[in-house]
Amino acid sequence: MGKDHPNVEDYVISRVRALESILIEKGLLSEDAVDAVVQRYEEDTGPLLGARAVARAWLDPAYRIRLIEDAPAAIAELGGTAEELRVMPNEDGVHNMVVCTLCSCYPWSVMGLPPKWYKEVAYRSRAVVAPGAVLAEFGLTLPESTEIRVWDSSAELRYMVLPQRPGGSEGMDEEALAALVTRDSMIGVAQPTVPARVV
Amino acid sequence: MDGIHDVGGMHGFGPIDRDDPALESWEATVIAINNASMRAGLMNIDEFRHGIERMAPAHYLSSPYFEHWLDGITRVLIEKGHVDADGLQQRVELFQEEPDTRFEAVADAPTFEGRARFRYERDATAPARFAVGDAVRMRTANVRGHTRLPRYARGKPAVIHTVHGVHVFPDTNAHGLGEQPTWLYSVRFDAVDLWSDDVESDGQSIYLDAWEPYLLPRDSVTNEEEEENARG
Repeated sequence: MGKDHPNVEDYVISRVRALESILIEKGLLSEDAVDAVVQRYEEDTGPLLGARAVARAWLDPAYRIRLIEDAPAAIAELGGTAEELRVMPNEDGVHNMVVCTLCSCYPWSVMGLPPKWYKEVAYRSRAVVAPGAVLAEFGLTLPESTEIRVWDSSAELRYMVLPQRPGGSEGMDEEALAALVTRDSMIGVAQPTVPARVV
Repeated sequence: MDGIHDVGGMHGFGPIDRDDPALESWEATVIAINNASMRAGLMNIDEFRHGIERMAPAHYLSSPYFEHWLDGITRVLIEKGHVDADGLQQRVELFQEEPDTRFEAVADAPTFEGRARFRYERDATAPARFAVGDAVRMRTANVRGHTRLPRYARGKPAVIHTVHGVHVFPDTNAHGLGEQPTWLYSVRFDAVDLWSDDVESDGQSIYLDAWEPYLLPRDSVTNEEEEENARG
């Protein structure tokens, strides 16, 4: 972290510092708050909470139903908060993927920081019109008969995909299963990691 | 508004660059500024988004994502009188000259307690106009201000997939016109209805969250409603 900012002009940094300083003076912001953002989103989370929910849903059919029917309550069972979440299950013949064409809505509360590409116009423009081509670009080729459902997050609801449990994961516990659940698989642009022993 | 932010279905942006660098310190600061501004009630989520939408299109396309946030927040805080434009510019120039300048809070500053969390669902005061399975058509109005009805969906046939409940209406909440809560639905489009059948749309569907004012009954569009559409 530190002061590295290779992708942005110094002038932008000065604009950030200027606005920050004004809010600090107003008593609305502290430098600790910035450190806390870094810690929360770079060190503490990543997509861990979402991955745990997926893993539990794979192990516990009743939890799976709760996660689909009332995701906020199911996330609360894991000690988290996600009051606006909807979970879309992949099934044989049905594949879900998530986009926000108008901005970059993303379930931060269960998946941490969105990846850079999710916020950029290439993904946002193409996910709704050419989802199959986008998935292929991510290395995911689905059977032609698969129905692709694209969820454009235009309101204060956030969408997460519940991927299908990969073959070869039989007998794995929740922690081991959660490690297979990638961020991209919960956006719907990838499948979960296949356990190494069956690759 | 028909801004550059509304990119769904546009062509020409090329392949997806999957490089995903770590959060930079200035970006974390922008997130913290956003949290603080929302939590203090200086702006709401819809004002924030509308602030971003009004970036100059060329700037929007050529700047990094968190600069969008910075630009949007700054625009809104100045417009609403929370930040003085001249004072901010002087402060920018100061940081250009003296990057390590520090400022102290004039009062005890709050500590970070996660993202500002707000609820946007409200109690219903009127029944929903549509039910699951109803055939609808999206309005065609090109709203001058903020809206969450993307261009690609306007005028297109859809089916009600979910009735979510009553939610704050962005089109008014972004403009100081109050929350005016209204029914929110998920609507389902057949991809062929959006993109014609000469693209890879067979067997695909697109779901969009849409507020009731964005929707008309599919087969009973009256002249009055058409005129209303035409006026925007």
